[in-house]
Amino acid sequence: MATDQPERVQEPVLAPGHTFASVTDKISALVLERPYNWRWFAGFTIGFVLVMMLLTAITYLLLKGVGIWGINIPVGWGFAIVNFVWWIGIGHAGTLISAILLLLKQEWRTSINRFAEAMTLFAVACAGMFPLLHMGRPWFFYWLAPYPNTMALWPQWRSPLVWDVFAVSTYATVSLLFWFVGLIPDLATLRDRARHPFARIVYGILAMGWRGSAVHWHRYRTAYLLLAGLATPLVVSVHTVVSFDFTIGIVPGWHSTIFPPYFVAGAIYSGFAMVLTLAIPLRKAFKLEDMITMHHLENMAKVLLATGLIVTYGYVMETFTSWYSASTFEEFMINNRMFGPYAHTYWMLILCNCVTVQILWSSRARSSVPVLFVVSIIVNIGMWLERYVIVITSLHRDFVPAAWGMYHGTFWDYATYFGSIGLFMALLFLFIRFLPVISITEMRELVAETQEREEAREAMTQGTAP
Amino acid sequence: MSQIFHPSMNTISRVSIFGALFFVLGTLGIVYGIFGSPYVTQVHVVRDQPVPFSHEHHVSALGLDCRYCHTSVENSSFAGIPPTETCMTCHSQIWTESPMLEPVRASLRNNEPIRWNRVHDLPDYVFFNHGIHINKGIGCTSCHGRVDKMPLMWKNEPLTMEWCLSCHRAPEKHIRPREDVFVMDWAPPAGKDQIALGKELLKQYDIPVHRLTDCYTCHR
Repeated sequence: MATDQPERVQEPVLAPGHTFASVTDKISALVLERPYNWRWFAGFTIGFVLVMMLLTAITYLLLKGVGIWGINIPVGWGFAIVNFVWWIGIGHAGTLISAILLLLKQEWRTSINRFAEAMTLFAVACAGMFPLLHMGRPWFFYWLAPYPNTMALWPQWRSPLVWDVFAVSTYATVSLLFWFVGLIPDLATLRDRARHPFARIVYGILAMGWRGSAVHWHRYRTAYLLLAGLATPLVVSVHTVVSFDFTIGIVPGWHSTIFPPYFVAGAIYSGFAMVLTLAIPLRKAFKLEDMITMHHLENMAKVLLATGLIVTYGYVMETFTSWYSASTFEEFMINNRMFGPYAHTYWMLILCNCVTVQILWSSRARSSVPVLFVVSIIVNIGMWLERYVIVITSLHRDFVPAAWGMYHGTFWDYATYFGSIGLFMALLFLFIRFLPVISITEMRELVAETQEREEAREAMTQGTAP
Repeated sequence: MSQIFHPSMNTISRVSIFGALFFVLGTLGIVYGIFGSPYVTQVHVVRDQPVPFSHEHHVSALGLDCRYCHTSVENSSFAGIPPTETCMTCHSQIWTESPMLEPVRASLRNNEPIRWNRVHDLPDYVFFNHGIHINKGIGCTSCHGRVDKMPLMWKNEPLTMEWCLSCHRAPEKHIRPREDVFVMDWAPPAGKDQIALGKELLKQYDIPVHRLTDCYTCHR
């Protein structure tokens, strides 16, 4: 096979010709040399307008209560929980790329880890908002924390919702620390290169006195690896705990042991889809094709395909188990999902998550940027539909037919959802504007490694030529 | 390139990072302290009343029983605030000219109840019932303190949920024989330990301790 296609060499992770200086110049210039262009402005404006809509929706919610949403008995968990799980899932790619791929020494992670981590943080921020808004009285959110109070009450430790609070907040904290520690040497670079005194002071404070001494590098490396080690189990644990929100409840369609692994795979699936959705326009807009190369996109496409297959396996097993259980309610649940009033949502989900992704078996599709972009968007939609199907179709027809009902999102549900996408966009555009989107430090390391490899190859060809 | 920061910034930044921890913990501590202080709970703070009624005088000196005025305490959720007529059972005969008692006479004259300022006020979402507490052997003084020693009325306990639960979680520490509920200076009989007596009474009065901390015991 390989001999038939000699032209298909693995693309490099960094285009040839880059030096330490060129890498530093190029990435820091994105922040410091004011790359104001209409694209950035247009993107940020859309995000900002949607944030305003989100604020309106939240204000109205605080005034009126959760009754403005479509939720009611029997469907008490609507868009808020769907969006929460969706955003948390998206937030998984960052840590996976940063921590696990770092420990596995996958050097192709280098140019995408920074913005994947930023994406994680913003996605977790969007996710964290929804359960709080869903509480009805969000101003009492601190009751979720075990703090000394005159009610002598602690959180209900037997509830998975409380485990969730701790899983998500731990994840947010570790992700933030990981991101920030990784940023420190780059912030020092920006501090040293910035010309505006205000920028120098701000970057200077954030750089925490980094001077690049050997001791600094030694500690930085240790801290970074330790944080990677801490973050690794979190990639698996967070979505496992999120799936407990469902599996601990004895509702057909929720009460299933396959949920934790299938949720984790789904999270990585949607996370990588989102990284692709963001990376493709980003490398185009800022001409970063030589740093985020086709090698990156292809690898991400492979991860997408692999996790997509695991998710498909999850759907198949869910169907099989409900038949194999011989439980009337389980059987009814899957029947209702496939042929009930929400059948169109279910089949859309199968189309988006299981069928479309099969195109990535073809290496031509994997190396086509437009195809990857479209597939990544479809997967994002599919993963949202998956959560919609899990939350709504499991609840809307449970054990007693007299208690059945239908659920539809209202205007305010959609406003909050699209508003959260706007918040995500706005934060991302601000990040692109004020921080280096690619890790300068790690790119310099990559330059060093690439140069060494070149030299080794040259030495080898010279040795064998005569 | 010139230095951006003065060398003293090294010290300032270390102190501020280290100090942030104490700042957060200190803030939490202060907030908790304020919420437990008399400023919020009003414990031992005398409330102004239209008539400076002295429980000390009426209970210790004259020996009135609690139920003479708080008539419904044994069989209702509300202990009952006496109508003006109850005051007049005595004050139509004694202290009839006292300027302090003018609001009482005015109340009777105009057929308008006296507007007392409530001292023990639980939130509306707490379904407190006096009757059950009295009938299961919780003495007046357990919650209201030594009313017979209060010249003017104040709250003796914070009435926070924490305080309610301290007894609901371990009622044996406070329970007493039913017939001694209205005794002001009650103490366990000589040779009897409160805990041993309490456990005995819990059994005798059939009190389901494990249910006393269910949410719906107090919130419905």
